Formats: sequence, structure tokens, C-alpha cells
Amino acid sequence: MKIKINFSSILSQLLLLFFVILWITPTFGLFISSFRDKDQLAISGWWTSLVTTEVNEIHRTKGKKDQVEDEGFYIIKGNLFKKDEGKKVLSYGVTSKNINAYKVGEIAILKDKSEIIVFENGNYQWKSKSEFKKKKGRRIFITATSPPSFTLNNYKEVLFKEGLGQAFLNTIAVALPATLIPLIICSFFSYSLTWMNFFGRDLLLATIIASLVVPLQMSLIPILTIYNDLGALFNVEAKSFPGVWMAHTGFGLASTTFLLWNFMKSLPNEMLEAAKVDGASHYDTFVRIVIPLSIPAFASIFILQFLWVWNDLLVGLVFLDKHPSEIILTAKLKELLGSRGENWEILTTGAFISMTVPLFIFFSLQRFFIRGLVAGSVKG
Amino acid sequence: MSFFSLIATILVGVLFFIIYFGLSNFILDFICRFKKNSVALENSVRAIIFIFPAFLVLFVFILYPVFETVRLSFYDKFGREFLGWNNYLWAINDPNFRRSILNNLGWLLIVPTLSTFFGLVIANLTDRIWWGTIAKSIIFMPMAISFVGAGVIWKFIYDYRGTDDHQIGLLNAIVVSLGMEPQAWLTISIWNNLFLMAIMIWIQTGLALVIFSAALRGIPNETLEAARIDGASEFRIFWSIIIPFLERTILVIWTIITILVLRVFDIIYAMTNGEWQTEVLANLMYDWMFRGGGDSGRGSVLACCIMIGVIPILVWNLHRHRQEQKYEN
Repeated sequence: MKIKINFSSILSQLLLLFFVILWITPTFGLFISSFRDKDQLAISGWWTSLVTTEVNEIHRTKGKKDQVEDEGFYIIKGNLFKKDEGKKVLSYGVTSKNINAYKVGEIAILKDKSEIIVFENGNYQWKSKSEFKKKKGRRIFITATSPPSFTLNNYKEVLFKEGLGQAFLNTIAVALPATLIPLIICSFFSYSLTWMNFFGRDLLLATIIASLVVPLQMSLIPILTIYNDLGALFNVEAKSFPGVWMAHTGFGLASTTFLLWNFMKSLPNEMLEAAKVDGASHYDTFVRIVIPLSIPAFASIFILQFLWVWNDLLVGLVFLDKHPSEIILTAKLKELLGSRGENWEILTTGAFISMTVPLFIFFSLQRFFIRGLVAGSVKG
Repeated sequence: MSFFSLIATILVGVLFFIIYFGLSNFILDFICRFKKNSVALENSVRAIIFIFPAFLVLFVFILYPVFETVRLSFYDKFGREFLGWNNYLWAINDPNFRRSILNNLGWLLIVPTLSTFFGLVIANLTDRIWWGTIAKSIIFMPMAISFVGAGVIWKFIYDYRGTDDHQIGLLNAIVVSLGMEPQAWLTISIWNNLFLMAIMIWIQTGLALVIFSAALRGIPNETLEAARIDGASEFRIFWSIIIPFLERTILVIWTIITILVLRVFDIIYAMTNGEWQTEVLANLMYDWMFRGGGDSGRGSVLACCIMIGVIPILVWNLHRHRQEQKYEN
């Protein structure tokens, strides 16, 4: 009996491990790749960069102008590796047919009687009795071990040359107000839906419930038209940050209100009644009692809405310009996917930069995030 | 934008609304101090102050656009001339539209089903294992990532190099190591939709997982104990106790993911832009919004098609809401 239980436990652990590996591998691969040298990245899989691997490379020695004469011999000396990456030569060859002909430290005698020797650290010496006449050096094929090596160069390049740093700031300028504004106006709104009696309250509530699922595609064309008309009327840019804030406020309004309403109706009725008896106005009650009690709900909703806005692409594409002072991270990333589709060092790094803030929030405030999702379980 | 103008922009945007509420309520308090016996009036004015901004936003950004979009779907590309059902007829005869409908149906069948299924299975696994919380965190993590970011992650996995080169995409590397030919996955018609759906499933499973985990804790322990004492296998317990208990949760998760899937845009736009027969309604709509200066009629038709997809859920939600209200009163 006991053995059977253990068996099923091991089985479920293995199954879970399988899922975990399946889920983490894609992100992990991106993370590793963003720190790899771009030449390496283009020719080998990221999984090879974690351990010391064997690579086959082709290098070229220096040509005739670097030769020196020494005791009757003409000698060309140098190092095969352009920079020190800790690579170690295992074996080498002088023809493409036999790239592993010689062990490191062995002398290779070429057809023209000249001698080549390659050492472990990449140093080589090419010796001949007659003068070297070829302008180009000789090709040498090596098999070398390559240790894991990582660099921050991609980040420098992407942040400052590709303009992702600017896009990052733009995204903050979009995301913070687009999160705080709905939070402010919806908290007043849900207070009145919960604690104030007015004509049409139930209808308004039903409208909110219905709006939860209305796809934002339904709003894009009319709102774009309104913005364009307003822009033409007042002679201002139709695409602006305030426009995006209000669009996000509109699309987040239903879910924010719904979540807050759900939370506020669970607050103890007696406390608010007591405040009323003491002569507090609705505004006082709201500011002094309801807001302090609602902080946990605010935190959850803030995180949900912030992540939603931060990760949004469609609203940013439609209501913001594509020039550098307005473009948001996701739109920039999409642009890079088009223009630099083969430069994986730029794409992986850019994607990772766009993920830093969500991941930070996710890991530090996961409790609130999950609470918000579970409480609402609805985002239209 | 410099750092300071960034802060200033944010402050102006947020302060505007704080000042609105603070000032209008202050003025109301001030006036009411001189006018006694006007509680009813005060309360209704305050209700208006509280509701006005949210209602305005709701009206301008949701209510009006819904009707306007329906209206525009019967008009020409500039929204001037009435065309009757012509835009809809165009859609039915458009091969891209038909492709989108088929693809959207495929997404609707596969993504919510698999996400819910994986979420349920993993929630059950993590419930009983000591490192379950960490596992949950990891599987939930893609929820925090943007669709475009996820697109880059997966495009890297699907990357294709010629047969002679080293494969740097994980999927092709595995395929090659098994002795098969590498494939340009995203260009294989019909099947490529599955590779795109995998991304959505990868993201949404985490959502299903956390909601199920919370719901699982609501199952009374005695019931499970009793079943175990009666000798029911874990599999049996799963099917006969847990699934019926979670029925409602399953339905809720299903609808959430269904709504998300109906609107799926970012993944398609970033990965294939609808090429190789991967078009979906949301991407096609974006395309028509801007193609050739924009066609508001055809764009609206496509938006309406997405809307039609969510109407059953909308009705069901309202029905549920009404029952809850009845129950509470």
C-alpha cells in the first residue's frame, strides 16, 4: 500500500517537473540569449552556451607583410583568436578535408616545406626557409573548446542605439496615468454604485457587467474618428498621451469598477451607517473610511491594470504615433521584429527589457496579482 | 522625452482628476454649510459629482462606439453613404474573411480547452507537492509577459535555418537531433495555426492554474478523506468529486479565455501578420482600419463579427448577475 502511494507521488512529481521545464524553457532561452555574443548567437543554439563546448572554426594567419626574418628563416607569428574568450585549441588542420589532422603542439609540414605549429592558447608560428609571397595568410581549421561567455553589449546597443530606452520611458508615461486615472474615477463610481441610492443604479450596474466582455475592437474606429475630429478642430495632434490614457481608462473602466464594486459591497455596512449618523458626508466617508479599507483591493487592481497597459500593443498602435518620442515598448519590439528579424541579439534583449518591469512586479507582488485575478476572474 | 517632462506629464494627468474630485466636493460642502435642510439635494448633487467622469468615459469609449460601429458597418469606407448589407456580403465572399472565421473557430475550440485542461491538471499536481508553490509561480509567469514579448520568445523557438546550418531554434534543433528535416514551422499552412495557439496556451494556462488552485482549496477536506477511506483512487476522486465541484469555475475560466481568444491580435500581428493562412478577425480588422487610408465600413463589419462571438457570454453574465442580485436581496 505504502509503495503504491509513493509511486503515484513520484509520478506526479515527475509530471509536474515536466510541465515546469516545458513552461520555463522558452523564457530561459530568451534570457540566456540576451547575454550572448551576437556572433555566437547567430551560429549556435543558446543551450550550447551554458557548458564548455567544442566548436570548429576557420581562421586565417597573417600574410607576407607581417613576416620577420630570423636566422635564415622567415617567420609569421600571431594568435588565431581575435579576442580572448578563454577558448582552447584541441586540434587543427590545414586543409578543409582533414580539419583534425594535427594535435595541438604538433608541427604540420606543408607542401611547400614550410612548417606550422599551433598552440593551445591560439598562438601559432609559421616558418619557412624561403620568403612568404602571398598577401593573404593561410587558412587554419581548428577544433577548440569554448567556455560559457556572456556580455552586456547587447543591452547597451539596444537601449541606446536602437532607441528602446526612449520607448521604455514612453511606456511609463503611458502606463502610470492610464492605471491611476481609472483607479481614481472608478473608486468614486463604485462607491456610488454601492452606497448611494439614485435612479437607474441597477441599469448602470448591468451596463458595467455587459461592458466587461465588449471587445475593444468595437471602440477603435469611432474613437479614432473622434480624436481625429478633435485634433482638426483645435489644431492639435490627434495622437497624444492624454488620448491614450483616456482610451485605456475607457477600456479598463468596466473591469476596474466591477472589481471595486465587488470589494466595496463586502465592507461592513454598520461602519458606514455610523459615519452617516455622525454627520459625515459621502465624500468624508469615502476618503476617511472606504479608501483606507480598500487599499488591498487598490493594490490588486493597480497591478492588473498596469500590467494590462504595459503589455498592450493594439491601443498603443492605434492611438500613438510611431515616431521615437511616442512609440511604446511593445510597438517598438514589433517594429524590430520586422526590421531586424534576423538579429536575434537585438530581439531577445529588447524582449527581455520589455519584460523586466512586469516580471519585477510579478515576483514582488504576486500575492496581490493573484488575488485580483481570482477576485474578478473577468477582464473584458 | 526627458526624465522631468516625463514626471510632469504623469503628474498633470493624474492631478487633473484628483483636483476635480477634491475641488467639486469642497465647493459642495461650502455651499451646503449655508443652506441647511438640503440633505436630499446635497446627496443627489454629490452622486452626480461621483458618477459623472466615469459615466462620461463609459459613454464616450464604450456605449457610443458600440452603436456607432454597428451603424458604420452599413456605410461606405468614409462612413458617408449607406450601403445596406453590402459590407457583410463583401465579407462573406472574401477568402481572407472566411479563413479568419475558420481560424478563429479553431482558436476557440483548442485554446480554452487545452488551457483549462492543463490548468486543472497542474493545479491538482501542485496541490499535493511540497514545491508546488514554486512550480505554480513558474507556470503562472507568462501571464505577466506581453503577447509581443511572448511572440519574440516563441519565434526564437520556431526559428529555421537551412539544412546545412546549425539550428538555433530549439524546436528545429530537437527535430534535427531526432534525425528529421528542419522545418520553417510558421509557414506550414494550417498547422502553423497550432504553433501560434501554443503561445496563447502557454500564457493562459497560468490564469486557469491560479484560479483553479484557489477553488480547489474550497473543497471540504472531509469529502476527500471520506472518498479515500472508501478506497477511491486519485483518478476516481478527480473525476467524481473535484470536477463536479469545480464545474462553475471551469465555466468561468472557459469564458474568460474565450473572450481573450476572440480578440487575439498581438500574437498574429507580431508573428505572421496573417500570412500563410493564419489570419484572424482582429488582425484583419486592424488591417482594414488602415489599409489604403482605412475602410471604416469593412473594419466595422469585422469588429461586429467579434462582438457577435461574445454576445452569448454577455447574456450569460447578465443572467448570472441578476440571479446573484436576487439572492442577495
